[in-house]
Amino acid sequence: MTLILAFTLFVLAVFLGVELISKVPPTLHTPLMSGSNAISGITLIGALVSAGSDHSTLTTLLAFGAVTLATINVVGGFLVTNRMLSMFATRRPVEKTGDET
Amino acid sequence: MSRGDLIDVGYLVAAVFFIVGLKGLGKPRTARRGNLLGASGMLLAVLVTLLDQAIVSYWVLLAGLAAGAAIGGVLAVRVQMTSMPELVALFNGFGGAASVLVATASFIEVTDLGVVDDQVSVAASATGVIGAVTLTGSVIAFFKLKESLKWSGFNGIRTVNAALAISAIVFSILVVTDPMNTTWLWALVAVGALLGVLVVVPIGGADMPVVIALLNSLSGLAASATGFVLDNTLLIIAGSLVGASGLILTQIMCVAMNRRAVDVIFSASPAASAGSIDADDVYAGKVTSTSADEVAMILDTAGRVVIVPGYGLAVAQAQHAVRELTKVLEANGTEVVFAIHPVAGRMPGHMNVLLAEAEIDYEQLIEMDEVNPTFAQTDVAIVLGANDVVNPLAKTDPDSPIAGMPILDVDQAQTVVVIKRSLSPGFAGIPNPLFAADNAVMLFGDGKKAITDITKALGD
Repeated sequence: MTLILAFTLFVLAVFLGVELISKVPPTLHTPLMSGSNAISGITLIGALVSAGSDHSTLTTLLAFGAVTLATINVVGGFLVTNRMLSMFATRRPVEKTGDET
Repeated sequence: MSRGDLIDVGYLVAAVFFIVGLKGLGKPRTARRGNLLGASGMLLAVLVTLLDQAIVSYWVLLAGLAAGAAIGGVLAVRVQMTSMPELVALFNGFGGAASVLVATASFIEVTDLGVVDDQVSVAASATGVIGAVTLTGSVIAFFKLKESLKWSGFNGIRTVNAALAISAIVFSILVVTDPMNTTWLWALVAVGALLGVLVVVPIGGADMPVVIALLNSLSGLAASATGFVLDNTLLIIAGSLVGASGLILTQIMCVAMNRRAVDVIFSASPAASAGSIDADDVYAGKVTSTSADEVAMILDTAGRVVIVPGYGLAVAQAQHAVRELTKVLEANGTEVVFAIHPVAGRMPGHMNVLLAEAEIDYEQLIEMDEVNPTFAQTDVAIVLGANDVVNPLAKTDPDSPIAGMPILDVDQAQTVVVIKRSLSPGFAGIPNPLFAADNAVMLFGDGKKAITDITKALGD
């Protein structure tokens, strides 16, 4: 991939991100932060390749650390977001019937 | 289709999952599904990555995955909702650290193989410094939020930070011009780490929501920069999506405090400039203290009650007690709503999470702009552990450090009950004339106990 192509992706994704998030109600600020933070743990896939490539002891050690930390970020992030959102969801049926009647 | 193509297609699908997932996270009805979509995208990305031919040994990677999943799972399940800001800060830091480690490991690999180019070295420098700042900044934020770190820096910290920023630029240039010497990259990471500590150390209290949102953004940008190191499209896309969403949250928090992000990050805390008004002049002889029984009597006849929660609610863990009070009042025919200031608490949306944990309907949580016009028709406003966000000086004193900050107009309610431990100032370090207002009464004590006592007195 050329640098300019990679940069194009970056800029487009930033604009897309701004469009996606711009009207989020305050109730969802915390879950949005922890959920998007879990997505930023995507660096995990880079860590996996590094950890498996068996290049040298130093890089394997670094990559092992990266896999561990990124997995904590990913697993913990999605789980805790789900936990929070399930608390928000407890009253959803009540609200729904309220809308319909 | 080759293995490489299969992986790329998998990454494309994962990117779509992330985009649709983030969109879902923005609406209450679809938030949970959005989070699940994001998690599915991540699982898919990990699975197709395992097909990569560069992976020759699976032991190290499986060990890391297992350890990380166990630690992350335990942290997520065990955390108290009142400690959410700390956990989010910690996860941000881990993400930043992982990006630094991946970037340095890859950089060392390509320099060993002698195939380093400018894109890799520039991107590795960017990741090194952004990731390191994210890591140490988040760790400092974590300890500040736990209130186990009181240190707020030293004189001349800004000069030191400026010097660190300049040396970061110098080391970045060295990494790019002399990539075969990996010492430069380590030096850059060290400078970034120090910078992260010293930038966050002077920031505290009410400015934390801005810091957390910004660190969230940085963790995304670090992942995106790692994508440039690895030439990986999914990292670039996912990282910049998160970077953008964090920036928007930062912006929302700044608007809610009427401050610019640059000022929050680079200037001293507003408390430093708060000498103009003397607390004794404001409070002397004008503060009315009350008891739980008296508050219960006022509430007994109230038609509409607005509760204004602040960080004190989290500290006192009073959210469940508040729910009990709400139930009793509602059974009594009183309308109860909650007025939520955007920066109440220590992270964006902090109050909403706590009240949701106590199973308070989110329809009852009203945003500032919507609730402010209704205070005039409100019988009782209960301010629970909030201070600066209800301080009328924001409107009346142009020299005040919070001048221009949008506030909740509780003083327009017929009676204001302020539940607070003492008359000590909030984060801004200024007295609050609201406490001395004619229609305000103070109930001194622990928030949880005060609310429980009122609920009990109402029942009698």
